Amino acid sequence: MTINRVRLLSDQPPSSRDRDDSFALGLYRGKVKTQQLFPYPDALDDESKDTVKLMIDPFEKYFREIHDPSQCDLDEKLPDKSLQALKELGGFGIQAPQEYGGMQLKNTQYARLAEIVGSFDLSIAVFMAGHQAIGYKGIVLFGNEQQKQKYLPSLTTGEKIAAFCLTEPSAGSDANSIRSTAVLDEDGKHYILNGNKIWISNGGIADVMTVFAQVPFKKDDSDKQSQAVTAFIVERDFGGVTSGLPEKKMGIRSSNTAAVYFDNVKIPVENVIGKVGEGFKVAMNILNEGRFAMGAAMSGVIRMLVTKTIEHAKNRVQFGQHLIEYQSIQEKIAQMGLTHYAVESVAYAVSNNMDRGIKEFQVEAAISKVLSSESAWNVCDECIQILAGMGFMRENQVERFMRDVRIYRIFEGANDTLRLFIALNGIQYAGKNMKELQKALQQPISNLGTLWNQGVKRSKRLIGIADSQELLEVTAPELSDCAKMITQRVEEFGATIERILLKHGRNIIDQQFILNRIANATIDIYSMAAVLSRASTAISSNLPTADHERVLASTFIDEGCQRVEHNLAEVLRKRNLERFSAYSSITNEISENEGVATTRPLRF
Amino acid sequence: MALRVLVGCKRVIDYAVKVRVKPDKTGVVTDGVKHSMNPFDEIAIEEAVRLKEKKVASEVVAISCGPKQCQETLRTALAMGADRAIHVEVPEPESHTLEPLGVAKIFSKLAKDEDVGLIIVGKQAIDDDCNQTGQLTAALLDWPQATFASEITVDGDSMKVIREVDGGLETIKVNMPAVVSADLRLNEPRYATLPNIMKAKKKKIDVKTPADLGVDISPRTETLSVEDPPVRQAGSKVEDVSELVEKLKSHGFV
Repeated sequence: MTINRVRLLSDQPPSSRDRDDSFALGLYRGKVKTQQLFPYPDALDDESKDTVKLMIDPFEKYFREIHDPSQCDLDEKLPDKSLQALKELGGFGIQAPQEYGGMQLKNTQYARLAEIVGSFDLSIAVFMAGHQAIGYKGIVLFGNEQQKQKYLPSLTTGEKIAAFCLTEPSAGSDANSIRSTAVLDEDGKHYILNGNKIWISNGGIADVMTVFAQVPFKKDDSDKQSQAVTAFIVERDFGGVTSGLPEKKMGIRSSNTAAVYFDNVKIPVENVIGKVGEGFKVAMNILNEGRFAMGAAMSGVIRMLVTKTIEHAKNRVQFGQHLIEYQSIQEKIAQMGLTHYAVESVAYAVSNNMDRGIKEFQVEAAISKVLSSESAWNVCDECIQILAGMGFMRENQVERFMRDVRIYRIFEGANDTLRLFIALNGIQYAGKNMKELQKALQQPISNLGTLWNQGVKRSKRLIGIADSQELLEVTAPELSDCAKMITQRVEEFGATIERILLKHGRNIIDQQFILNRIANATIDIYSMAAVLSRASTAISSNLPTADHERVLASTFIDEGCQRVEHNLAEVLRKRNLERFSAYSSITNEISENEGVATTRPLRF
Repeated sequence: MALRVLVGCKRVIDYAVKVRVKPDKTGVVTDGVKHSMNPFDEIAIEEAVRLKEKKVASEVVAISCGPKQCQETLRTALAMGADRAIHVEVPEPESHTLEPLGVAKIFSKLAKDEDVGLIIVGKQAIDDDCNQTGQLTAALLDWPQATFASEITVDGDSMKVIREVDGGLETIKVNMPAVVSADLRLNEPRYATLPNIMKAKKKKIDVKTPADLGVDISPRTETLSVEDPPVRQAGSKVEDVSELVEKLKSHGFV
């Protein structure tokens, strides 16, 4: 049961995975795998770079001159003028294949544009993503020729709008538990779709929807009823499709979010995307393919916030000095700069690796999503703090970003679920290797217990020697200390994974107190490696900003290593494990009491 | 009517960039600085493309003289609707000493080679503010010129041009072929859309050198020094007119 959950979280059976070059996964075996991060990935050819360079000005012009995000937020609507201009700009088919009217931009090109969109208006970013990154992406990735010919041309031009309909009242992260059903009609030519979807981006305006529903079937030779999630292309014109009123939201207010109701909708059988029962894989792949863009969009937001913050700090005088002269402010602004460097480095590492043809990037994409969404929230928060009263006022447009950014930690894979995804993927990879090694060494588990007591050095022998030479060789000499620090953390990380696997075995799946800390350490180590690589490249390319990037890198790595140490210690130290069980018992009391379970100071 | 229009597009430092003087005072910092098409040249391209859309012009050819990066500027012109482009390659550092006379010689040679009926340039470039290329080109070709145009109407083989002059607006009739320089209010340039940028990738950019055209582009002037303007001195407030007069007297202004 639990192993199945792990399988479901990742989209392919373990045996078919070739993930040996992944940096993130390599950590779980205590190995530093440099191939995918060093030198800093650079997948675009000159022509592709020139093309996207030309697109930057038109995109920025659109936002500066035509689209007014502030007004849209107040009106809770995207005006026709904005949509029309966006259509003319070509913003509805940025990555779709050229033969169907799209511009077929590569991921890294799209990332550069996503930065621009993000820095101006996240509502329109969500509208665009809802349409093309997830709304019709299923047809692009899994559709057959007829489906592509029929649907894509009008979607890439923006003539029709698409939406991705997965979430239901009882099914958010637990996508497999959706209740919508699609039952094959007697004539065998249609599926009859019934169900309710909620919180669908573009739900109220979409003409073409990718809808996920359970298709019931009888298991082989038994009478037992089973069901499997299947993806369908559903047109509003099929009849029986209605939408609720636009939801009133904390943020991304001008993006339409609505419930969609399907009442005996007749879907032609030709509209199944992929195969019956493949729906979960379709859904996970769609989300996985688009996840990189969030990293880029959030880095655009952070970059813009840093600009706003520094302008204020340089001009505002209190107690006779400009804010920027105070250490408190310097620390905050420095943290923003460090955060931006990390988020941007990870985002472009992921997009470039995807463009290089690397097929296994789901863990790295998840890392980028979690890191960027939480970083953007924190930077927004600090920006408002530094701008103080001005930050709280609508007219400076920072508070809108705070409200808009909040959803990014929730949708497209809630960060809580993604942390578990990262950790479990890694642990599964490590565990598999351990079993293989055990076989190779022909040592039963009980002997490993004694090895375990002898600390990190012995673990090295079990899981393979982490090659510190490797990272040093690909790092600029000015950053060799950082390379050594990261390598050490990787070794400790691998040893920790081995120990928790030995201790918990399969039950590790439920040990979320541990898994979350493992995930946080993974995110930190991966970010540090991406930053190290980027700064090394800046130094070796003699960029004018090389020295500043070197300082950013060594500071970030210094802080990151401390966080990793802390998280790993939490996972192993016995006293901490007692604290974890206290969390459970505290929650239990609160649950029994249906609220805070203490006695008031006044006793009444 | 087969009217071929030549448009000059200069690659300049972007208007929004804060320009910095190089420490050696030989010029301004251009390395790693954002460049774009001279805004007046964007207006020129826009006008040419509109003439084509009105079916008055049959082909729009964009020209740029300078280093390899000028091709980016030409791609923008192509994305705005120019049919093809010619890059006259002048590598750095020679490109920094290229003067309007050199450019005018290149334009006039190309105008003859390409059988051009109308040349439109921006009235001046925002980096050197010379305001000479249009005029020099017309003189070299012995063609009529209509500078600071705020409206152009082609009528057969002549044009009506409304010019912005100090006293107001002047309307003149100009026989073609002619050279026009575009002023600010001539039109509002379109922005390139992404599909047009993609289409522009298929349009041709021919690369030539000044030698190919038999043109001597050696400079006639020498830049001695480039410096920041002096830092603005603070003013002072005065209480009344008599104090003002006193201060003016003591500073020797009255």
